[in-house]
Amino acid sequence: MILGPLQLLGRKGLAFFERLGRGHLFLLQTLTALPGLVLRPGLVIRQLYSVGVLTLLIILVSGLFVGMVLGLQGYNTLVDFGAEESLGVVVALSLVRELGPVVSALLFAGRAGSALTAEIGLMKATEQLSGMEMMAVDPMRRVIAPRFVAGFISMPLLAAIFSFVGIYGGYFVGVGLLGVDDGAYWSQMQDKVDLHDDVYNGVIKSIVFGFVAVWIAVFEGYDTVPTSAGVSRATTRTVVHTALAVLGLDFVLTALMFGD
Amino acid sequence: MGHSRIVELWVGLFVAAGMAALFMLAMQVSNLSNNISGETYNITAAFENVGGLKVRSPVTMSGVRVGRVDSIDYDTRAYEAVVTLSIDSRYNSLPQDTSASIFTAGLLGEQYIALEPGGSETNLSEGDRLRLTQSALVLEQLIGQFLYNQAGKQQE
Repeated sequence: MILGPLQLLGRKGLAFFERLGRGHLFLLQTLTALPGLVLRPGLVIRQLYSVGVLTLLIILVSGLFVGMVLGLQGYNTLVDFGAEESLGVVVALSLVRELGPVVSALLFAGRAGSALTAEIGLMKATEQLSGMEMMAVDPMRRVIAPRFVAGFISMPLLAAIFSFVGIYGGYFVGVGLLGVDDGAYWSQMQDKVDLHDDVYNGVIKSIVFGFVAVWIAVFEGYDTVPTSAGVSRATTRTVVHTALAVLGLDFVLTALMFGD
Repeated sequence: MGHSRIVELWVGLFVAAGMAALFMLAMQVSNLSNNISGETYNITAAFENVGGLKVRSPVTMSGVRVGRVDSIDYDTRAYEAVVTLSIDSRYNSLPQDTSASIFTAGLLGEQYIALEPGGSETNLSEGDRLRLTQSALVLEQLIGQFLYNQAGKQQE
């Protein structure tokens, strides 16, 4: 009776590490399949369209609104100290350092990651992947690798677009509606935002998040239980695991970059 | 192939927009554009107290930025802080007896070094040391002195 829960814990733990191991082996296989893509750049372009271009709209709209909210909230706090001129710094630093990479990674997981998992999972469930193997087409090269590369390229670009649009959203609310000085918004921002410490570190974050998000998405698709319930579970897991991984990694990266 | 061309066009547009956003973040948002580029020369100045001065703080003359603080060290023999200033070599005709003071921009702003030119004929060059310096104002010391004076007046 006592051993029951203990055995359950052991089984869960073993299953967890087994999945972790499979995930890393899968990553290794994907990385070795990447050089083959040089001969077929068309595959990557098609995936860039469905992963990157189709995610653009939600990134643009969310970025604009996040920037506008930051402008409004920042103004209301700063005006108490007579420091509303620093609004540009507040908006730019929060977007470039944190919100740009993190929120665009979460949106990316919801819009593109889930679609990747469902697509690959359904290919597996309908035995298209085994079919390819029968025809001596390596699904790693034909299906997984182009999607992996497309996600890896898109994420930093999407995060940059998110930050950029957000800064203009903050500008619209702060300068356009609330009457912060136009010149002060930009000059204070340029004074305080450092190219290396802030912009580069934000880009590094988005590259790491893009790598993790697309890795989880294609792995969950490839590792799915080939039933309709399995595909649905895998899709959910992609979104949840990506969100957890991104938020956890964000803390670690922030502590390494800004924690002196 | 019509469909594929539209796809390619969109992807090209997406990548270009992403690159442009990165470029704009670097140029317009960060301090890349007002970094002092090109040739600089270093001069040093010793202060009793540098207050909240930091590396990369601005160095100004008449309010115009002419350089930045390169490093801040402590001289264990003279018991002074030694600040190295890197000055844009466009401003290479500063007199030898230029003085340096640490000021604060606004009440709570960051601290910066203001240079005040003297009347000497010879100019400063690489490695020279400024003789005349004025330390940062430390608010606590100021309040302490004020209270001390007040107490003195009351006793009289």
